[in-house]
Amino acid sequence: MRCRKEKLIRYGFTAAAFTALVFLVGIVAVLFTEALPLFRKVRVADFLFGRVWYPTGEPADFGILPLIAGSFWVTLGALLVCVPLGVGSALYLNELAGPKQKAVLKPAVEILAGVPSIVYGFFGMVVIAPLLQDLLGLPIGLCAFTASLILGLMATPTVASVAEDALGFVPRSFREASFALGADRWRTLTKVVIPAAGSGISTAIILGMSRAIGETMTVLMVAGGAAIIPASAFDPVRPMTSAIAAEMGEAPVGGEHYHALFAIALVLFLVTFVFNIAAELISRRFRLKLGHAR
Amino acid sequence: MKIKMNGITAALLAAVLAAPASAGKIVMEGSTTVLPIAQKAAEAYMKRSPGAEIVVRGGGSGVGLASLIDGTCGIANASRAIKSSELDKAAKKKRAPKAHMVAMDGLSVIVHPSNGLKGLSLAQIRDIFTGRISNWSKVGGPDMKIVAVSRDSASGTFEAFGELALEKKRVRPDAIVQASNQGVASVVARTPGAIGYVGLGYLSESVKALEVNGIMPSRQTVLSNKYPISRPLFMYTDGVPQGDIKGFIDFVKSAEGQKLAEEEGFVGLR
Repeated sequence: MRCRKEKLIRYGFTAAAFTALVFLVGIVAVLFTEALPLFRKVRVADFLFGRVWYPTGEPADFGILPLIAGSFWVTLGALLVCVPLGVGSALYLNELAGPKQKAVLKPAVEILAGVPSIVYGFFGMVVIAPLLQDLLGLPIGLCAFTASLILGLMATPTVASVAEDALGFVPRSFREASFALGADRWRTLTKVVIPAAGSGISTAIILGMSRAIGETMTVLMVAGGAAIIPASAFDPVRPMTSAIAAEMGEAPVGGEHYHALFAIALVLFLVTFVFNIAAELISRRFRLKLGHAR
Repeated sequence: MKIKMNGITAALLAAVLAAPASAGKIVMEGSTTVLPIAQKAAEAYMKRSPGAEIVVRGGGSGVGLASLIDGTCGIANASRAIKSSELDKAAKKKRAPKAHMVAMDGLSVIVHPSNGLKGLSLAQIRDIFTGRISNWSKVGGPDMKIVAVSRDSASGTFEAFGELALEKKRVRPDAIVQASNQGVASVVARTPGAIGYVGLGYLSESVKALEVNGIMPSRQTVLSNKYPISRPLFMYTDGVPQGDIKGFIDFVKSAEGQKLAEEEGFVGLR
């Protein structure tokens, strides 16, 4: 009786564990089957490197270089915001903050991570974009710069918490050895702690990038939506995610435009896949280095 | 003027369409611009007369009229009048398409309230939206960059503006893109250098509507077709409508049906 019960529970958990795999395989299969029909009509090179995205024109143009440029542009901009803020706050939390400060700051960072993206988007659209428009004298506040700023803020909690974990993993003995050799706090931090946690911090940054490039709602609301290769940070852009979100509802099912949107999704999937693999490889190396290998 | 269709509804539609046509079932097909009116009216009509079953599909005016001529739909939605080539085809198949005007579609060109300009010509509007003019000084305004605000390329409003104002030329790629009429209106309201286009129902104090070729957009100028960026919307039937099709067309033209059209941002006929 008891044996049967345990078996049942065991099967239940096994099924649960494999569900993720089933969904992953399903998603990848759908992406490929829905994206590939496009390439019967459009050459892969024309798709990836075409400079005009005009999917409803006659004839339509399916060049996604402006969308790729838009995605990378806002992601790089977001990194400039989230790396200093995220790593900086991780360092502060781990090295300098007293227990009382930590008790307030850590949950605050975690709550920031839980704010829904549409709230960030709305905040960006209604507060930040008009503010930047006035402050910097821009023709319009909806642009790559604003999107980068908001995305950077959104990715900061991810970077901060992963980086803080990485700093926490650095063994006490490393620090003590450094102090024993007469190094001061700053020297210990820059020469011992940060290099030891370096790959963990890199993982944090890559995860932040993943978060920024995959974010949809915010860029849809604040990036401006123009499918151009930006010449400056203040040009509007149309990142891949926002193109998919804005156009999927209206693209006729099974048409070229529909398949093109799946092909964009495939490109996006491959990019984030590479990011995640990189993050995994780096963090594995990091565990080995600190003797946490399993 | 926006239609949402996802894979599931499409699959359901396909399943419904594959079923053999039953008596009292009306298939409507055609213009995506008319689709919101057709959809809303169909829902309201089916609620009123429980026996009726109406299926609404998009596809475009040309597709709808072709289906009507082939006899695969009962009502063709069209955002333009039928062409003579289509009438010829219809005659060969012994069909007599009959037009029923169901609403007027009018788009206002809007700018920031601080913009001193009173109006533009249709040609100037076209040059601005296709990228030939990028500074307000070229059209008699101050030396300020023009920020063109457009709609997602699959929206009916985008399509209508392209046909009525841009002679089907492409919108400049650096135009700001918004997902809704309301989105365009609020961006224009916040941006001194902006110009955008919205359905007549979206005019408010916070934006300024421009005269086009000297004519102010209003219910009257749209209904009389004097205002250049306007057009009639039609439902076509084969011959004089009968039975449920007649009931439905009458409903669309009734006060109640016209109110639904107004709610969707069109100009009602009464």
